[in-house]
Amino acid sequence: MNIKKTALYELHKKHNAKFVEFAGYSMPIQYSEGIVKEHNITRNKSGIFDVSHMGQLFIKYSNEITDKLQKILPTDLKNLKINQSKYSFLMKENGGIYDDLIITRKKDQYMIILNAACKQNDLQIIKNKLNDQNLDIKNNLSLVAIQGPESKTILENVVSNVSKLKFMNGENFSFKNNEIYITRSGYTGEDGFEISLPNKVAISFVEELISKGSTLIGLGARDTLRLEAGLCLYGHDINENTSPVEANLKWAISKNRINDNFIGSHQIKKQIEEGVSKLRVGIKPETRVIARESTKIFDEKDNEIGKVTSGTFGPSVNASIAMGYISNSHSKTDTKVYLEVRGKKVPANICDLPFYKKSYVKGEANV
Amino acid sequence: MSNTKFSKEHEWITLDGEVGTIGITKHATEMLGDIVFAELPEKGSNVEKDGTAGVVESTKAASDVYTPVSGEVVEINQSIVDDPSKINADPEGGAWFFKLKLKDKSELDTLMNKEEYDKFAKETSA
Repeated sequence: MNIKKTALYELHKKHNAKFVEFAGYSMPIQYSEGIVKEHNITRNKSGIFDVSHMGQLFIKYSNEITDKLQKILPTDLKNLKINQSKYSFLMKENGGIYDDLIITRKKDQYMIILNAACKQNDLQIIKNKLNDQNLDIKNNLSLVAIQGPESKTILENVVSNVSKLKFMNGENFSFKNNEIYITRSGYTGEDGFEISLPNKVAISFVEELISKGSTLIGLGARDTLRLEAGLCLYGHDINENTSPVEANLKWAISKNRINDNFIGSHQIKKQIEEGVSKLRVGIKPETRVIARESTKIFDEKDNEIGKVTSGTFGPSVNASIAMGYISNSHSKTDTKVYLEVRGKKVPANICDLPFYKKSYVKGEANV
Repeated sequence: MSNTKFSKEHEWITLDGEVGTIGITKHATEMLGDIVFAELPEKGSNVEKDGTAGVVESTKAASDVYTPVSGEVVEINQSIVDDPSKINADPEGGAWFFKLKLKDKSELDTLMNKEEYDKFAKETSA
């Protein structure tokens, strides 16, 4: 299989990116600054992320399509305002998650942003469920995120009036006479924006952001940023065998949809009523040792009670941090647990998420 | 660092009398990226040539640290455990890992000199 490149590939190269293969794409893991510095630049100033490998799916809006989408997403789409976005899931029959996604109601279309590794499978599922074989992921569009406290001012210098956007809301703007769509959103725990724009202007757009003071950031820092913010990475923290309830993402299921019929709803309703046996929690080792994915979790009596799904060192909290699934009986904050790392048991504590407090712009409940 | 020797696992060793000081090379730190965790062998323990003698973790992955020669650990550098970022800043100087009382000095002959190592590092990372 040919490794794919985004429209920004040459720009990454020019900025001395180190590339890795991710979901079939050659993507920058870091630039010359390195992961920790890139992480801190995003937290303190502004960072630019090429997320063009993610899938951008557009579906023509109609009442009938809304009904069909509500069968596969647990989100109240009927009350979704024009230009409003919601975090949602493509649901599996067993209550598991095929993918997590952001759906935005544009005037005449729904825009759905899908994970790169899942997008082809998602497309097939959505095509079948919507009974529309003509749906396709747009390959002529790039997706760029700008994140961090100075991003608003920097982006405003390139695209006027963008700072009026509220969190999880979007609008059409223009750049060099091209229509672009910007939402106030992101996946770093910082205020920021995501910009969907034609491939042909992607490099010049990002170059303008750089000239106004932002910096390219790789996937390495994207991972430490999202983990500090307590956000899930699909394929690690959530998958086809974890439900939104087990993943502690119940908030993303619209309240008025719990008793509704959607794929997996029977299982979700049961889990909400009867509780779950495992739950996603935050875990803080007492030392700097890093508990990576698949690290086993034990209680004081040496019973295995769970597994780590993501673990790294959090530069902004200056500590080792992890997330994982643990038996519900041990999921309370401050419960002491032990992580088995290289044959040794490292003491750790269950903690609240996020590890790092966010600074989103108010306007709606935070994700 | 003319009397410094290098291993294929990217460790360096400098000999002072019977005692060798061991660390990881600048090239190794560049491959690892930002180091955020370091674990060292226990003082007083004996380590065998090419055996594991510690761990470093970057934001990306964990890597074992091997000892290029056998001996008894006589000193460890606690400062790199307390602040692992020192390893990226000064890998072939202040951020040494541990000191060994060598068991068999002839083991040094199996290692590379600076010129050989630089060539090796360049070839293996190409």
